[in-house]
Amino acid sequence: MFDSLSERLSGIFNSLRGKGRLSEADIDATAREIRMALLEADVALPVVKSFIHNVKERCRGAEVSKALNPGQQVIKIVNEELITILGGEARRLSFAKNPPTVIMLAGLQGAGKTTLAGKLAKWLKDQNHQPMLVAADLQRPNAVQQLQVLGERAGVEVYAPEPGSGVGDPVKVAKESLAHATRHARDIVIIDTAGRLGVDEEMMAQAAAIRDATNPDETLFVIDAMIGQDAVATAEAFRDGVGISGVVLSKLDGDARGGAALSVRQVTGQPIMFASIGEKLEDFDVFYPERMASRILGM
Amino acid sequence: LSRDRLDDDAWEEIEETLLMADVGLESTNRIVERLRERVKVLGTRTAEELRGLLSEELTAALDPSFDRALNATGDGERPAVLLVVGVNGAGKTTTCGKIARVLIADGHSVVLGAADTFRAAAADQLETWGKRVGSTVVRGPEGGDPASVAFDAVKTGTEQGADSVLVDTAGRLQNKTGLMDELGKVKRVIEKQGPVAETLLIIDATTGQNGLEQARVFTEVCQVTGVVLTKLDGTAKGGIVIAVQQTLGVPVKLIGLGEGPDDLAPFDVQQFVDALLDDSRSVGGLKRLAGDRAGGPAPRREHEHGGTARRYRAP
Ligand SMILES: Nc1nc2c(ncn2[C@@H]2O[C@H](COP(=O)(O)OP(=O)(O)OP(=O)(O)O)[C@@H](O)[C@H]2O)c(=O)[nH]1
Ligand SMILES: Nc1nc2c(ncn2[C@@H]2O[C@H](COP(=O)(O)OP(=O)(O)OP(=O)(O)O)[C@@H](O)[C@H]2O)c(=O)[nH]1
Ligand SMILES: [K+]
Ligand SMILES: [Mg+2]
Ligand SMILES: [Mg+2]
Repeated sequence: MFDSLSERLSGIFNSLRGKGRLSEADIDATAREIRMALLEADVALPVVKSFIHNVKERCRGAEVSKALNPGQQVIKIVNEELITILGGEARRLSFAKNPPTVIMLAGLQGAGKTTLAGKLAKWLKDQNHQPMLVAADLQRPNAVQQLQVLGERAGVEVYAPEPGSGVGDPVKVAKESLAHATRHARDIVIIDTAGRLGVDEEMMAQAAAIRDATNPDETLFVIDAMIGQDAVATAEAFRDGVGISGVVLSKLDGDARGGAALSVRQVTGQPIMFASIGEKLEDFDVFYPERMASRILGM
Repeated sequence: LSRDRLDDDAWEEIEETLLMADVGLESTNRIVERLRERVKVLGTRTAEELRGLLSEELTAALDPSFDRALNATGDGERPAVLLVVGVNGAGKTTTCGKIARVLIADGHSVVLGAADTFRAAAADQLETWGKRVGSTVVRGPEGGDPASVAFDAVKTGTEQGADSVLVDTAGRLQNKTGLMDELGKVKRVIEKQGPVAETLLIIDATTGQNGLEQARVFTEVCQVTGVVLTKLDGTAKGGIVIAVQQTLGVPVKLIGLGEGPDDLAPFDVQQFVDALLDDSRSVGGLKRLAGDRAGGPAPRREHEHGGTARRYRAP
């Protein structure tokens, strides 16, 4: 669907292969191609701008002028810069000193939170933890049943004292789930919350209230890999409204280029920890920055 | 605030507005190119005039004369069958509920078909919507054949003399050929009883450039007749639908403005363009607009109260 960045850049560099220092015009032409590639991959415009700025700086430096093949060198730089941003300080889930560890999920409607809750539960159970799922989306029709089905598939208890679909107080459920977990020796509590828009003040306040009532060790922001330019506004809203400790990129089994990964990483400053790669419980993996960089660049 | 001359900044601003709205590079370049020609011909001098021209260009790109009426009620003999398709989590099930709400408010009878037999509690979700809006729901066994549920729903609709049958399908990413084949089969099986009146592709307004690929593949597999652009109550502008309409000739017919039963509105080109160009548009701008147009602000959350479907009227 898209030309890969190397194809795009080869045109520019064919003429100057091995000729040493790039002219400002060459650098501008290169920057234009990189900008195009990133925008087609849905990297948010402000993020593209700061990225290009850094790459241009490096293009002016010695590593390019000394390179035998400046084109390949530029691609190497772009790739490195992407991996640096996407990777950051990779880390594992942090666990509470005194169990239960609380993992709260948050994100836009339909992002993949409930499915992820099931996946995380199964993944943690397979590592000999005793996770418990908490049905704190009491709004979306039958979100509670959805979680119950997933919990059953994962072989994990679902704490669901309220029927949901508009009935019950999610803050209360989340708060009381902790005592329940302690009583039943569950060492990890995964709280599924309703989808919400960043601009929905009432719902963002609810998320903050759930956070305050449960003091999560991890607040994972789940974001759809298909999202476009809105990634920045949304990530900012969740960063400021709920606080994010890690990011999960969902629906990476699709063919979206996933430039949002870059945007969200840049905006939140928090690591992308997991990738959701399908609808089934086992379609889940840790996040690989190198793969993501290649994907964004179409290489 | 207008400048005397159209400098590079003014043009850059135009380009950025479009890119930030997910219009995409190709459509953006095409629109900017046309603008540059018109500016030359018209001798446009101020940034404000330029914005005006941009608004005209966007409006033209979306072609207000396009037929966006929903073919939603039958000919009296058979119900109109609407097939609702799209990627995971876009808003298919919710939109089925909302459309049913509108039709029922207008005195029509509706059958909902739960042809998502795959996702956990998907049929329950549709059933809750059925109760909420007052329509029959036909469902099958979990993990069963979606095509046969769709077939049964149409059959039930015909037997009950319903005006409309809305078939909700499972979310699927367009690069999954197995699932896309399954969708093609759902449609063919429905067609054994007669034609499908509308195939609605649900696109989430937050979607970036992948939206065009979604539209292309879903159109190939099941001849999409209209798009419903959901979640326009957020900050996303949904600009990808411009490319969708221009490349595939498939128009947006309806927009989703929230999670409640009444949060559905007809697509209005001018409103959409205004919102796209309004950088200051904040909380649910389009939702407010839709409310205003109907003579009052829209309530924020309308899950549980039973207002009438005032913003959208079925043809
Ligand atoms: N293909 C694919 N589908 C996914 C993935 N994650 C979730 N889904 C699907 O996306 C849809 C939405 O997922 P949910 O888990 O219900 O999303 P949510 O964020 O809980 O949605 P709300 O509670 O309504 O806000 C469902 O159809 C899921 O099966 C993924 O990684 N890949
Ligand atoms: N804010 C907002 N949320 C919406 C809108 N339409 C749907 N939603 C929400 O988006 C989420 C997903 O909606 P569904 O109707 O379940 O989506 P779906 O396409 O049927 O999902 P799958 O069947 O899992 O593929 C739910 O939380 C809905 O309440 C809308 O127009 N605005
Ligand atoms: K989504
Ligand atoms: Mg959910
Ligand atoms: Mg659904």
